[in-house]
Amino acid sequence: MNFLLSDEQLALLDALRGLLQDKCDPRHVHEIFDGDGSYDAGLWQAICEMGIPAIMVPEELGGLGLKLIDLAIAAELVGEYAAPVPLFGHCAATIAVALCGSAAQRERWLPKLASGEALATLALGEGDSRWLPGEWEIAGEARLNGKKRFVPHGLEADLFIVGTASGLVLVEKGEGVAVERLDGADRTRSLDTVTFADAPAEPMPGDEASVARSIDAAAVLLAADAFGGANHCVEMSVEYAKVREQYGAPIGSFQGLKHQLSNMALAVEPGRGLYWYAAHAWDELPEKARHAAAQAKAHLTDIYLQATRDTVEAHGGIGFTWEHDTHIYMKRAMLDWAWLGQPEKHRLRAADLAGW
Amino acid sequence: MDLGFGPEFDGFRAEVKQFLAENWPPADGDYKSKENERRFVLAAIDRGYLHRAVPKRFGGSEQAPDIARAEIIREEFTKARAPSGRIPGTGKLVVPTLLEWGTEEQCAEFIARTLTGEMRWAQGFSEPNAGSDLASLRTRAELVGDEWVINGQKIWSTGADRATHMFMLVRTEPDAGKHDGISYLLVDLRQPGVTVRPLQQMTRLPEFCEVFFDDARTPAGNLVGERGKGWYVTRSTLKHERSGIGGLTWSLSMMRDLLKLARETQRNGKPAIEDPRIRTELAAIDGQLMSLTYSTYRATSHAVHDRDVGSFSTMPKLYMTDLAQRIGKLARDIVGDDFVDMSGPGKKWIERFMISLSMSIAGGTSNIQRNLIAERSLGLPRDARGGSK
Repeated sequence: MNFLLSDEQLALLDALRGLLQDKCDPRHVHEIFDGDGSYDAGLWQAICEMGIPAIMVPEELGGLGLKLIDLAIAAELVGEYAAPVPLFGHCAATIAVALCGSAAQRERWLPKLASGEALATLALGEGDSRWLPGEWEIAGEARLNGKKRFVPHGLEADLFIVGTASGLVLVEKGEGVAVERLDGADRTRSLDTVTFADAPAEPMPGDEASVARSIDAAAVLLAADAFGGANHCVEMSVEYAKVREQYGAPIGSFQGLKHQLSNMALAVEPGRGLYWYAAHAWDELPEKARHAAAQAKAHLTDIYLQATRDTVEAHGGIGFTWEHDTHIYMKRAMLDWAWLGQPEKHRLRAADLAGW
Repeated sequence: MDLGFGPEFDGFRAEVKQFLAENWPPADGDYKSKENERRFVLAAIDRGYLHRAVPKRFGGSEQAPDIARAEIIREEFTKARAPSGRIPGTGKLVVPTLLEWGTEEQCAEFIARTLTGEMRWAQGFSEPNAGSDLASLRTRAELVGDEWVINGQKIWSTGADRATHMFMLVRTEPDAGKHDGISYLLVDLRQPGVTVRPLQQMTRLPEFCEVFFDDARTPAGNLVGERGKGWYVTRSTLKHERSGIGGLTWSLSMMRDLLKLARETQRNGKPAIEDPRIRTELAAIDGQLMSLTYSTYRATSHAVHDRDVGSFSTMPKLYMTDLAQRIGKLARDIVGDDFVDMSGPGKKWIERFMISLSMSIAGGTSNIQRNLIAERSLGLPRDARGGSK
């Protein structure tokens, strides 16, 4: 028994960090943020070439055949750098295809999703806090009708994995699919409203448990992103407190701010163990996985949003400007918090799943 | 990463279960008897189940670090409600401190008898004028012949009225600097020069004491670490006081109790646990507890594999304090009207509501913990007046 990252996992993180340091500095993130709402295609291509979206695709279909923990630690780094890439929607959809797709669907799509040749996304939300299996009202099997909201990068996606009243269906872009970009807060991960009008759809044969498992994986990936972002916020605030001077001393030497920063770190750091555990439980401890995923999503995204608020406070006026990084992290935290349902929803689910 | 118990551990678990079936509850059924507990603990040490980090020659079972086996033992012992072998109170701090700093003779003299409960320890750190600024302590010890002669006063010493011994900080080099004049001594409290006076706490329980030293004596050989270097010995004691595992077990049991309270208390005509606000907060507390649990696993794994655990190392105490206070507040909400009745059904939780406050004071106040996190883990500048040295 051990609760450590392996040498291979640490090497993966080193490589991805190197890439992000090189191609995703804050100035660059701001440029994309202020752009037209599409993602950074060059960075995404480099991440795909490194094999990140291939992590959970089986080896025989062009993937690496690794685990959710491997993908989650990569998602943490992407969250840390606020990388403007469609990693979340694409990887969550890829996992759903791997778990719920028919043999033909898997063979057709997974190699392209692993390489990044095609972009997939997950269309779950319907408004009114309807995000989860059992809550979806949109219906249709061979032809799909209805509207999905908050779809990550729907405009650029080639493939939509859609939650319906009868399970997941697969819809390709084109006929019967209209996409409208939302005025999203988080411009590193644009969201869209997707309207299906007699769109040709293929039901995915995955059973209830496989659908649930796909959603759990998405929850863990959001939690991992949230940890990465929150941890970065702590580091950013601490670094600022070391260099910013007032009253002739670094502000980080004043106990009031020191204690605020300690409280932030104390809220954030222990969450690492929770998201690791949720990913590990998904991989190895199936009877614990659903509860852990719900807890990780609720806890980490709550913590992240609060950490970004504290970060603004720790930076003073500069932290409230558009120029600074603080608002980008806050808006990513807002997405992590709201997407798939807010923390309260997942806490109540966790209580049910714990048998309380 | 592997938190599962593979089949290779099935045999071990079966052995532990077999041992428990044969040894607990005791043959005469008296599970409250101290003698039965002592015998059980000795048998469990003999089998390698308890005090695994302590060498055999000092009364431990000297096992290689193994999180899986330790966890199986903890699970099975808890299920069987068998004695955990945990040293009560601050005594648990003495053993790791002696293992790190003590001489062979000191370890031989004190550790085994502490493990069996024969020696019970109190901590002698705080003084009336040395609280958070512990290094300003004034209790003196002078070497006279082959004995230290101690004069002064200690306070907030939990369990000193039931203790046989005290580990304490005393000033031995009055001319040295504030931190450099302090030594770490072990003292038998059962002597005429020592007066112990219990103090009643706000809970009404007399848990902690004042201890007066009036020409009290201890052999020269009971100095731990070098003379004048007691401050550095203490730092390791405090490190053990702040570390996670024992606290984790305690936090998990508080959560179990809280769930029981929420199930058994009616609120608006239904069990409180069905109230969405209570339910959400219970789950939020559980999320915090899971974070503590798996970060503790992570920290333990990192220690076993000699990897740096990072900033979490300074955090368990403050995190547990926050958790205990959050549990205390939710229990208050569930107890409701009975929260005013010190003899009513909420008695235990009223006490815990208060005791959770003592956690933010004992063993380094929460504000001192925040300094520690800021200075040691986040690398922020030291406080001009001494900070967290």
